[in-house]
Amino acid sequence: MSDVAERVKKIVVEHLGVEADKVVDKANFIDDLGADSLDTVELVMAFEEEFGVEIPDDAAETILTVGDAVKFLEKAKAA
Amino acid sequence: MRRVVVTGLGVVSPLGCGVETNWRRLAAGECGFKRIDTFEASDLACQIAAVVPRGDGTNGTFNPDDWFDPKEQRKVDDFIIYGASAATQALKDSGWVADTPEKQESTGVLIGSGIGGLGGIYETSVTLREKGPRRVSPFFVSGRIINLVAGYVSIMHGLKGPNHAVVTACATGTHAIGDAGRIIAVGDADVMVAGGAESPVNRIGVAGFAACRALSTGFNDRPEAASRPYDKDRDGFVLGEGAGCVVLEEYEHAKARGAKIYAELIGYGMSGDAYHITAPAPDGDGAYRCMKAALKRAGISVTDIDYVNAHGTSTPLGDEIELKAVERLLGNVEPKLAMSSTKSAIGHLLGAAGAVEAIYSILAMQANVAPPTRNLDNPSVATTIDLVPHKAREKEINIALSNSFGFGGTNASLLFRRAS
Repeated sequence: MSDVAERVKKIVVEHLGVEADKVVDKANFIDDLGADSLDTVELVMAFEEEFGVEIPDDAAETILTVGDAVKFLEKAKAA
Repeated sequence: MRRVVVTGLGVVSPLGCGVETNWRRLAAGECGFKRIDTFEASDLACQIAAVVPRGDGTNGTFNPDDWFDPKEQRKVDDFIIYGASAATQALKDSGWVADTPEKQESTGVLIGSGIGGLGGIYETSVTLREKGPRRVSPFFVSGRIINLVAGYVSIMHGLKGPNHAVVTACATGTHAIGDAGRIIAVGDADVMVAGGAESPVNRIGVAGFAACRALSTGFNDRPEAASRPYDKDRDGFVLGEGAGCVVLEEYEHAKARGAKIYAELIGYGMSGDAYHITAPAPDGDGAYRCMKAALKRAGISVTDIDYVNAHGTSTPLGDEIELKAVERLLGNVEPKLAMSSTKSAIGHLLGAAGAVEAIYSILAMQANVAPPTRNLDNPSVATTIDLVPHKAREKEINIALSNSFGFGGTNASLLFRRAS
């Protein structure tokens, strides 16, 4: 697992209070991990804080799964 | 109007979590004061507070995980967690479970707070200034606003009846129980979970109440002696935290399901001082009129009252004014009532005070024991009323009055009668 993926999963586990083994790439925050729309806003804020990046609202709307977040943040980090 | 009875009690206070722990420690003359050690207080005029004892939930300690989803806790200020605990305790005690659509719709919630999430507002202000608006939590609003205690409790227990919140400073808990009783009396609900919750013990809360010269400042080295209602050395109140909730129920409804009935809510009175934003009217007329209104509503006389749980905050002005108002109510009658301030044990819980004190009044009736006014060494004025100094006193208590007076000149009184 990449460093980014590991940090993303740690944040998701902490914020949503879910078991680590459920936080897989294809897990949807709302449908699979029990988040509501406010939880996803907070998750995006936590990603911004952890990785020192800004995630604009239109980009945040495309981050629906754990894998989406990892992909976005790996790209943002590389840029 | 329909009759309203109390069928469940729940409390979180500086004396602990749970009704039994609270009553045992209160009647034993114990208290919940200590030096502030959870935030920087060395530059504050008042460096003491009454805080909820936390622990693993045994021995009357408060464990938030027992009452509120751990992953939700960081989204809310403590007053919401305290309120949820008190409400859940009260519902469990009452045995009432709203498990059908009809029961859900006939059960409401009315829980208030004096200030709400002061700590979270303070912390988020700092975040906003230091890090900007993008760092403000999406849960900032929902975790701070006052009616979210009632909101969370309704969600947790599926209660779909009237959902309301009272904000009347230090009279909040009393108004909440009185108003909830009215909602049942007129038939808008059969069951109401009612009370107050508060968590003001933080740096901005202490600084604010110290700034308006309301807090005790002369007992920083002796926290247990700081709250001393009616005593000549009193110099202000001690800020406290916690929550109290009762389950109120229409009498026939409670009887039909064989519920344990603690007491009947027989009277509720309200008044306004129209005098000053923080100081009580010197003639005590507002306090007098609200007690009078409660007596009128109950259809009883002042001589029927056995116990008064006073507002008695331990401020130099307020205590004597309330005492004089009670004396005026008594007129020339030789007082048989006992009157004590349990704020001498738990401090001033602001919006939760009236609810916790209503519960203490009901427990005093249950036990036939008037809880003590701690630290009352030398009363500042002579009175023929028994202020129950130092030690609890056994006494038959069939009718109890609980008073609360708040900033803005808002006054409320509740009258309870032992269930026959």
